[in-house]
Amino acid sequence: MSVLTTTDLGVAFRTESGTVDAVRGVSLRVEPGQTLALVGESGSGKSTVALAAMGLLSGNATASGSAVVDGTEVVGAAEPALRALRGSTVAMVFQEPATALDPLTRVGAQIAEVIRNHRQVSAAAAAAEAVDMLDRVGIPDPEQRARAFPFQLSGGQRQRVVIAMAIANSPKLLIADEPTTALDVTVQAEILELLRELAADTGTGVLLVTHNMGVVADFADRVAVMLQGEIVETGSVEDVLLRPEHEYTNRLLAAVPRLTVAAPAPAMSVASPPDGPGGRPDPAPVVDLRDVSVTFGRGARAVHALRGVDIAVHAGETVGLVGESGSGKSTAARVALGLIRPSAGSVHLFGTDLRRAQRRDRRSLRSGIGVVLQDPVASLDARMSVAECIAEPLAVHRRGMSGTDRRKRVDEVLDAVRLPRDLATRAPRELSGGQRQRVSLARALVLSPRLLVADEPTSALDVSVQETVLEVLRELQDDLGFACLFVSHDLAVVQQFAERVVVMRQGVVEEQGATGATLVHPTTDYTRRLLAAVPVPDPVVQRRRRAERLATLAAVTA
Amino acid sequence: MTAVQMVPEAPGAPVTVAATGWRLAVRRFRRNTLAVIGLAVIVVVVLFCFVGPLLYPTDQTHTQLSQANLGPSAAHLLGTDAVGHDVLGRLMYGGTVSLTVGIAAGVLATVVGTLWGSVAGYVGGWVDAAMMRVVDAGIAIPALFILLVISAITTPGVAGLIVILGLVSWLVPSRLIRAETLTLKNRDYVLTLRAIGGSHARAIGKHLLPNSVSTIVVAATFQVADAILLVAYVSYLGLGVQAPATDWGGMLSAGLTAAYSGRWWLIVPPGLAVILVVCAFNAVGDGLRDAFDVRGR
Repeated sequence: MSVLTTTDLGVAFRTESGTVDAVRGVSLRVEPGQTLALVGESGSGKSTVALAAMGLLSGNATASGSAVVDGTEVVGAAEPALRALRGSTVAMVFQEPATALDPLTRVGAQIAEVIRNHRQVSAAAAAAEAVDMLDRVGIPDPEQRARAFPFQLSGGQRQRVVIAMAIANSPKLLIADEPTTALDVTVQAEILELLRELAADTGTGVLLVTHNMGVVADFADRVAVMLQGEIVETGSVEDVLLRPEHEYTNRLLAAVPRLTVAAPAPAMSVASPPDGPGGRPDPAPVVDLRDVSVTFGRGARAVHALRGVDIAVHAGETVGLVGESGSGKSTAARVALGLIRPSAGSVHLFGTDLRRAQRRDRRSLRSGIGVVLQDPVASLDARMSVAECIAEPLAVHRRGMSGTDRRKRVDEVLDAVRLPRDLATRAPRELSGGQRQRVSLARALVLSPRLLVADEPTSALDVSVQETVLEVLRELQDDLGFACLFVSHDLAVVQQFAERVVVMRQGVVEEQGATGATLVHPTTDYTRRLLAAVPVPDPVVQRRRRAERLATLAAVTA
Repeated sequence: MTAVQMVPEAPGAPVTVAATGWRLAVRRFRRNTLAVIGLAVIVVVVLFCFVGPLLYPTDQTHTQLSQANLGPSAAHLLGTDAVGHDVLGRLMYGGTVSLTVGIAAGVLATVVGTLWGSVAGYVGGWVDAAMMRVVDAGIAIPALFILLVISAITTPGVAGLIVILGLVSWLVPSRLIRAETLTLKNRDYVLTLRAIGGSHARAIGKHLLPNSVSTIVVAATFQVADAILLVAYVSYLGLGVQAPATDWGGMLSAGLTAAYSGRWWLIVPPGLAVILVVCAFNAVGDGLRDAFDVRGR
């Protein structure tokens, strides 16, 4: 019998501007021991389906149709019945482990609470069981760790604790809503491995909600693709990912940036590229960080965000800056932008040492920089029109420019980023995420900069939108020839987009070189591990990569 | 250059044209019945106090002992007080003082608090720490106590009361605005402006202040309500504006002894007026907070 069966499930939200049908006619089933991945872009309704299956919809939502969890109807069920169900028969793993745990309660106690909510066991027995659970989800030294508070654990360990809570009462159905999206790739690989083992051991059915096709390929048995609240395609993971039938699935898969993977043949035969920045002829780099260190705080609590980092970007080239969270990649970008002053080392912008430059010169040097940051919402001031946002650099650096010239320039850059001119009078709020990032890009380009610094410019966007933004960016770079410092955690994007790559780890440059060499045949273990952990959206290839990765890890620990 | 085929973005994510900020705010405000009533009350009371004396002129300077302590009648709708002033006229006259002092002090407190809080929040570091410790110290001393001490020493007039009240009640708005500034100054658009070499003045004038306007307006509304109440306290204790000038608090104080002899018309009207106006300003503040969707207080 299926652990979850939804039949014609619909969810409608009452909002200030009327009723919105978020989910319509969704029918799916999850069998014991099987993983069903629910994929789709933002707003497709995939998370709403997951919440509806747990009866956790918010007060302004109404569900219709049917969702049966292990024989119990959830739609329209009374709250006491749902409470008995949640945490025992069906459990949930959320995206953000930092907010899923109570910061003021020791993790062992949080797991014990879940156990005692549903089973009549003594406090001591529950505590002992909590330690067992921590052991089972692979937390070292579980007796000690049970007494830890969530802030004392790393993000990956926190997510393990959340999983321990979810499986504490051996649920029949586990709902995982983007369980690895907030985690680094290496941690993501470990968490997926853990979930896979648990599901296989206990026969738990898993409903996995995700936007990441690599995760789907790595973990799922069956896939349901959602678009605008409806399921457009369902099938086995091989069928959907390798032989998609629906046009939307095709488009979605085509937009996913794919990591070029080295053939499993010995990597040594590849000629190593010449050292240095690809033997470029131009003398001075556009921006040059030399032996830069940044320390926040002082004394015993000092955090060394960067330690002796050398990064140079030459005219016309794109340098990708990659690394996991906390590697210092964003800090390095902010040093290049002059937002953070290095505690040691020097920054040369367009050949001028920023420390030696006069205040006035520093300002005019800055006019040669364009900036695009990650958050499409926070990047534009909600109280300005699109035209005002784009014209802001002109107001700073071209004070004498007439209003007509300014409007003309705004129209030009709007054309350049392929946005219609009549968007100029609109408010940023009225634009989609991809349009906003293109407005940010237009603002960055309005002064015809020689250097563009882009800090995760597409990380908050859906893949199809990311593709468009990257295309526009690449095309503009070909036309205008600016240099680009491109910060990203996504190795596949960097591999496609950057000519050179700098891999950072814990504030140090681990390795740098031409993208084709460094990201295909890395010379350091760290980069190799990083690459091996990226799941590729092809179940067959991914199965092979997973086996290789585990074999390597086993070899290291042996 | 290769021509890029425009992919319609986020297939199926229509670009919804949302109502503009102000229109949305007005709509939300109008849905809050209490706030609309509050606004109406404020308008009526302001008209009553400032336009009323033109339609219903009374002598509020000379005592007329022959007319003292009369009950409500056709000649004196709310009767007269112990020195023969018409109470309805006095309610208007006292109201001009209460409202002027309350509104001006509330606005002054908000302006001082905004400047202090935004400088502390934007500059940060030890400047912020020092400025906020001043605020903490100020909050630790009861405002009413400072107010009474200063009033007792100086016996202030209307302008003096405004300044004193303003200077004891700017602390809370300064904290609010500092918190707002702290979040705004790290927004990506402010960082972007600074990265391309924009000045601090531009960051504050073009981004921080316009985006804090809603918080400031909401804070100001609550400050006005508090200030009107504070003026009433001070005058009730006999330390406000001095006779023959008066305000609602002063009227309450003068009428209190008479209340035991059954002359309710001396204390009920000014008491109700204070309650009504303070509630009205608070209701409007709540409505504005919801309308702008900001945290307040």
